[in-house]
Amino acid sequence: MSKVEFNKETGPREVFCGLTSIVWLHRRMPDAFFLVVGSRTCAHLIQSAAGVMIFAEPRFGTAILEEKDLAGLADAHEELDRVVNDLISRRPEIKTLFLVGSCPSEVIKLDLATVAEKLNKRFLGKIKFVNYSGSGIETTFTQGEDGALKALIPLMEDSNEEKLLLVGTLANNVEDRFKKIFRNLGISNVESFPPRQSTELPKIGKNTKVLLTQPYLSDTVRDLKHRGCEIISAPFPLGIEGSTKWFLAAAKAFKISALKVHEIISPLISRAKLALESHKDILKGKRLFLLPESQLEISLARFLHNECEMDLIEIGTPYLNKDLMKEEINLLPDNTKIVEGQHVEKQLDRVREANPDLVVCGMGLANPLEAEGISTKWSIEMVFSPIHGIDQAADLAGLFSKPLRRNQILTSKTLVTN
Amino acid sequence: MELTLWTYEGPPHVGAMRIASSMKDIHYVLHAPQGDTYADLLFTMIERRGQRPPVTYTTFQARDLGGDTAELVKKNIKEAVERFKPKTLLVGESCTAELIQDQPGALAKGMGFDMPIVNLELPAYSKKENWGASETFYQLTRTLLKEKVGSSEKISPLRWKELGRRPKVNILGPSLLGFRCRDDVIEIQRILSEQGIDTNVVAPLGANPNDIERLIDAEINICLYQEIAEASCEWLKRNFGMEYTNTIPIGIKNTIEFINEVHNKLDLPLTNKKELEHKSKLPWYSKSVDSNYLTGKRVFIFGDGTHAIAAAKIAKDELGFEVVGIGTYSREMARQVRATAKELNVEALITNNYLEVEDAMKKAAPELVLGTQMERHSAKRLGIPCAVISTPMHVQDVPARYSPQMGWEGANVIFDDWVHPLMMGLEEHLIDMFKHDFEFVDGHQSHLGHTATKTKDLINSDNKKDNNPKEGIIWTESGRAELTKVPFFVRGKVKTNTEKYAILRGIPEISDETLYDAKAYFS
Ligand code: SF4
Ligand code: SF4
Repeated sequence: MSKVEFNKETGPREVFCGLTSIVWLHRRMPDAFFLVVGSRTCAHLIQSAAGVMIFAEPRFGTAILEEKDLAGLADAHEELDRVVNDLISRRPEIKTLFLVGSCPSEVIKLDLATVAEKLNKRFLGKIKFVNYSGSGIETTFTQGEDGALKALIPLMEDSNEEKLLLVGTLANNVEDRFKKIFRNLGISNVESFPPRQSTELPKIGKNTKVLLTQPYLSDTVRDLKHRGCEIISAPFPLGIEGSTKWFLAAAKAFKISALKVHEIISPLISRAKLALESHKDILKGKRLFLLPESQLEISLARFLHNECEMDLIEIGTPYLNKDLMKEEINLLPDNTKIVEGQHVEKQLDRVREANPDLVVCGMGLANPLEAEGISTKWSIEMVFSPIHGIDQAADLAGLFSKPLRRNQILTSKTLVTN
Repeated sequence: MELTLWTYEGPPHVGAMRIASSMKDIHYVLHAPQGDTYADLLFTMIERRGQRPPVTYTTFQARDLGGDTAELVKKNIKEAVERFKPKTLLVGESCTAELIQDQPGALAKGMGFDMPIVNLELPAYSKKENWGASETFYQLTRTLLKEKVGSSEKISPLRWKELGRRPKVNILGPSLLGFRCRDDVIEIQRILSEQGIDTNVVAPLGANPNDIERLIDAEINICLYQEIAEASCEWLKRNFGMEYTNTIPIGIKNTIEFINEVHNKLDLPLTNKKELEHKSKLPWYSKSVDSNYLTGKRVFIFGDGTHAIAAAKIAKDELGFEVVGIGTYSREMARQVRATAKELNVEALITNNYLEVEDAMKKAAPELVLGTQMERHSAKRLGIPCAVISTPMHVQDVPARYSPQMGWEGANVIFDDWVHPLMMGLEEHLIDMFKHDFEFVDGHQSHLGHTATKTKDLINSDNKKDNNPKEGIIWTESGRAELTKVPFFVRGKVKTNTEKYAILRGIPEISDETLYDAKAYFS
């Protein structure tokens, strides 16, 4: 392991809570509905994070707790029942309903598991109810997906069939790409979790080999292990290096020779390298600071340093699972500074002092940093854009080169802002 | 429990943030979990501000709950005060913190700072954003002026005469995330100064705590946005006798009425009464023949109270529309909106549920919707043109150009903003009617840059393919000539219809007469 410097920081944070994951989960599984049991704040959060881009009725909503719900818990359960009935009669196409816990529902100890259980009995065979927490006192941003997936695992049937299970939300086109490459490698039984329809949950068992596509799935991984699945240890499929090692790890688990992998992916690699060049020209030697938000920070930093030759100042991550991140950390250059947690003010002081060329950060911090003359990239874009795989390496680099190119054109350091 | 798929207002602490962020030298310590920091993006992204809101979140986590969250609050307050050195500190809690009852405001007061501390208690489970903003502004005003209560006589609106200076007023209510507030303030200040009236303080937008203490230097208050300023105006009236205005200067009539109201209150003679009506282009534009088609257009209005009420008046009295529905999500303004609805002979819709609004809209079958961004989407689904007149704020509602809603220029802006979608609606309507014609089919359905197809090309292109365009029908010279006279956007339709008619009647050649026969037949 390289000599990576680990630090922990506590203090005021500036990150989204796990409810935000709903914004991409509801698009991945259009037959599911996400009902947050929370406050007006929670409703406002997902609305703001999702923008007002609502042309049809969204597949998420909030059961907003009111004063009377706080008074008597028994009533709150009844109320929730009523709201769920309302919702279902209005949206008969719902196949899976996620009851999503929030800070308020957790603090008042609303037992969503029991509610889900009861509803499952009542709507047996028609609608599945699951619950998980997306609360800001328990989870940050992408951890909401971890909770949602973990909640689905008990619904997955057993199967001893040998298969490769890709775990973590992928863009559809990326998923198709991956499946094709695996087929070419000779792994044809490949499924995804979460699936494109909540009703098409993969079956799992001791011959299921799990390959993670996203780094923020600690709890899901643990439960998949309990179900007998084998977790393939690999870096994440971001960039050429990460994706290559990811394919190699899968091939090894399926006893496919590395030679075969190289044979199949080397044309992709040369193509991707070519496409990467123009971005590398811009990114090379530029200094990067990643503020914590998505847990993708370490993989991104690895890609941007190893393949785009950026210099790493600091990698912030909201949460660090050293086990899951082992392969990634091994690929980082010596003396990389990783900071888990956050004290946003102190961290911003360090940003200012280091005066980086690019900061990866949350949406609330981007414009203020731009106003200080520092180019930024929103973390949230990484979870919305198809960035995985060799074919996407140049697109991924492009997300970071664009603000820099813009900065060259507009010299934002000289723009007057208020 | 209330099922919400979309909400017009945020929680009350976001209202408090609007006040804090609108002002200078103020800091707000908000006891809240980490996810609540999303609210920053409302300011830094929607308003494109280059500053973070002056808010420190305690961002407590589940593991803190067992321990001492009160200590965490104190630590954050201490750090925030040291770092930001505010002149006034607001302390409050979000919905989750309210449940754990740490009472951060009381904690802050016990910490021995020598600066005014405003303890905000904003019940998150029964109140909403506008109320939170109003309450915050009120508590702030009260705290900063508390010591002066009773120290002076009732403030007479005529005091300026005794003091031998121009009258001074405060402009209260504009805030960040308010609809076009920044520009409204400029417009209103300009109008007042033309009338010989000075602005003492604008608050909260741009004010600092010292300005709040100076509020009582003015003779009267202009209550510009009732949602936010009315409670403070009322308090200033009760405790200092300061009068405040009721008219919202949106639209020509209201602007004139507003100017009159201010003058009456201040006992200031109107010097340039005659000029007033010519200050804006709206009255003439509205009267001009080009606006004939506006007459009696059916409009549906929904938004916050202030803008919805004002819109109704403009629609009816200044543009000659028929208001077929009005509503608001501001429960605090329900009474006023109901009164307006009554005058218009319609039922007021007071709701927080956008689907109910959409239903009402559908029922009312308007030709124009004046609403929020959400109504824009609903109207789009229903195929009705829409103009946005109210918050919740969307990045589109923060234009780079000067575009107030109030005063003379505001009336101009409103004329353009409302009438353009109607014109586009007219075009889109036509495009929709003729969408099967080839000049519209090539993915070309935009009102932007539509290039007219020349009739010759139109006929020639048909002829090239087939000399007998439709079952042996031929256009004669006179028929072609007549067809060129038809406006391009209906030309295709006319052509098809005429051919259809010719086929129907077994007419082999289309002359100018055939065209007129067809027109008569289809009309
Ligand atoms: S369509 Fe326009 S107004 Fe609507 S959400 Fe998208 S960008 Fe905003
Ligand atoms: S942090 Fe908690 S209260 Fe805030 S939006 Fe997230 S779940 Fe809701």
